[in-house]
Amino acid sequence: MEFLSHQDVVGLLAQTLVTATPLTLAALGGIMCERSGVVNIALEGIMLTGAFVGYAVALATHNVWLGVLAAVVAGMLIATLHAALSVSLMVDQIVSGMVINILAVGITGVFYRNYIESSGLAGPDTLPHWNIPGLSALPVLGRIFFQNQFVTYAMLILIFAVHVVIFKTVWGLRTRACGENPAAAETAGINVYFVRYINVITSGALAGLGGAYFSLQQIGNFLPNMTGGRGFIALAAMIFGKWTPIGAFGASQLFAFSDALGSRLQIANVHIPIQFLGMLPYLVTIVVLAGAMGRAVAPAAVGKPYRRS
Amino acid sequence: MITRRLPPWFVNALLVPLASVLCGFVVAGLVVAATGSDPIAAFSSLFQGAFTNQDAFAETLVSTTPYLFLGLGIALGFRAGLFNIGAEGQYYVGGLAGVFLAYSIHGVPGLIEIPLALAAGMLGGFVWSGIAGALKARFGAHEVITTIMLNYVAFLLANYLIDGGLMLAPHVSTPRTPEIDANAQLPIIIAGTRLHFGLILALVAVPLVWFLLQRTTLGFRLRSVGFNPTAARANGMSVGQTLVLSMGISGALAGLAGIVDILGVSHHMTDTVGAGYGFDAIAVALLARSNPWGVLPAALLFGALRNGASFMQLDTQVSSDLISVVQATVIIFVAAPVLVRWIFRLRRQQVAEVQITQREETAAV
Repeated sequence: MEFLSHQDVVGLLAQTLVTATPLTLAALGGIMCERSGVVNIALEGIMLTGAFVGYAVALATHNVWLGVLAAVVAGMLIATLHAALSVSLMVDQIVSGMVINILAVGITGVFYRNYIESSGLAGPDTLPHWNIPGLSALPVLGRIFFQNQFVTYAMLILIFAVHVVIFKTVWGLRTRACGENPAAAETAGINVYFVRYINVITSGALAGLGGAYFSLQQIGNFLPNMTGGRGFIALAAMIFGKWTPIGAFGASQLFAFSDALGSRLQIANVHIPIQFLGMLPYLVTIVVLAGAMGRAVAPAAVGKPYRRS
Repeated sequence: MITRRLPPWFVNALLVPLASVLCGFVVAGLVVAATGSDPIAAFSSLFQGAFTNQDAFAETLVSTTPYLFLGLGIALGFRAGLFNIGAEGQYYVGGLAGVFLAYSIHGVPGLIEIPLALAAGMLGGFVWSGIAGALKARFGAHEVITTIMLNYVAFLLANYLIDGGLMLAPHVSTPRTPEIDANAQLPIIIAGTRLHFGLILALVAVPLVWFLLQRTTLGFRLRSVGFNPTAARANGMSVGQTLVLSMGISGALAGLAGIVDILGVSHHMTDTVGAGYGFDAIAVALLARSNPWGVLPAALLFGALRNGASFMQLDTQVSSDLISVVQATVIIFVAAPVLVRWIFRLRRQQVAEVQITQREETAAV
């Protein structure tokens, strides 16, 4: 296995962290959303929207940072639609999520063709690499953690932020109450609709930032459907991580590692069917849902519209 | 207003779906206008591409065929309280199973080979969705998540089998399976077009699914489980078995869509993923309000949209992705009848809520 030199292993791990960035961010969004009792299969569509709007704004303003901001705001806006449909109008949450996914493909596709594809403008630069002074010189760890771009750093910080919000703050307690037993939460004086709205919109911000990874961090371009199903892998990571930020990060790392390893093996001409490596996230999720490897228990009220009586 | 005196069945079965489609076009028109193109021109070329150009209507019917099978399958799932979001994957697995049988057999009359291939396609779809059904029945694993995951497993499986060589045709430039023999192809029903016998099969499937749902014991069990699983169990029905069967039949119809498209149109299978029929078909079933007869006009609409969109893109430069905007809006209005009520000032009692899946039984999402 000559291709796995020391250099290569570190490179592989660094690549894993980067590849896991959008997965983790979207999974964090999923956690915020589902912990409050709203299913979010719309992560894919939210990321695609973020990727597109972020790119379009960066292109128009020649400022990649405004692009990142726009991606976050766009994610929040389209997530607001999910909240309005599923919380206020009590549309089935799966249907609502699907609507967002379909709408995202439609709107980004139409605007891409009319504005970007034909514009002939040069794309914006990708986000700069920041080497953290001192830390980036550390052996191994420096290369993996401290020579990254903005979205990856943001992801690392947000894992802990979401963890603290969910498990250590009053807001997190309210969120979990709404996700487990909304009627009881309401009796205790919590405004279930408000909590769900804020959490769904927050999930839009997180997934929108995940979208910025694709167009502004990874390649500096937008391509139709460029998220390519990563939103569903994020959903898988959320479930495999049992609706916890740290768990979801670990799951994203595992999925991203198998992905990175697959491409290395292919380049190294090792003949194993990489498709089976690709199946890993999906099969693991099914196995986890079936209760093997420790049962994954979703928030009890997830998927149920809450109707005040 | 006059609408206040309309009977509820009329409102729910006709007015809400039609109003939803109308709203879908209005929203899509606004999107087109926002991109600086002319919505009227876009829609008129969509219409031309779907109906009035030469062979356009035949092509629309070619696209309608898989939507009919898939829409029926998903509608049947809805009636059992199951949200089969994995029709896309079942379409692929059905196609894989059917095409493998069809290109492996030689020298058998079409009257024997075609039914065998169709059966293999149905079996493939049945098994693939049956997995999700069994996981739900046995472990309470939510079918939405398991079918999403199984979709991707199916894509990768197709990629492995076709690209990886096991089902790869020798000496082709783009990876695909070997071609099926001419006698295994579904006959063309209008000479000079691609319209094939699959449409007839799909049209026959509509009353058959209706009959299955409304006039058979299995259909009664299926609807009972969908309506209230607790009551169904209390009445001695095996909820688990019914879930597996319902999910399986739903997938069998999706698999049939896959193999019929191969026997009728492409005559081989490529590893190109993402025809997107399976997701569109969820909209078909929603628009049909899970009624087999309703699937008929809904599938025709989506077939026309899909076929017209490619001409619209050529003709007016408006992206064919526009039809996704129409679809998303249609689903919003069908699933949130409250909106239609506001717009058309109907009374609350007239508009039924849309309850898709029962939630009592589901353990984990």
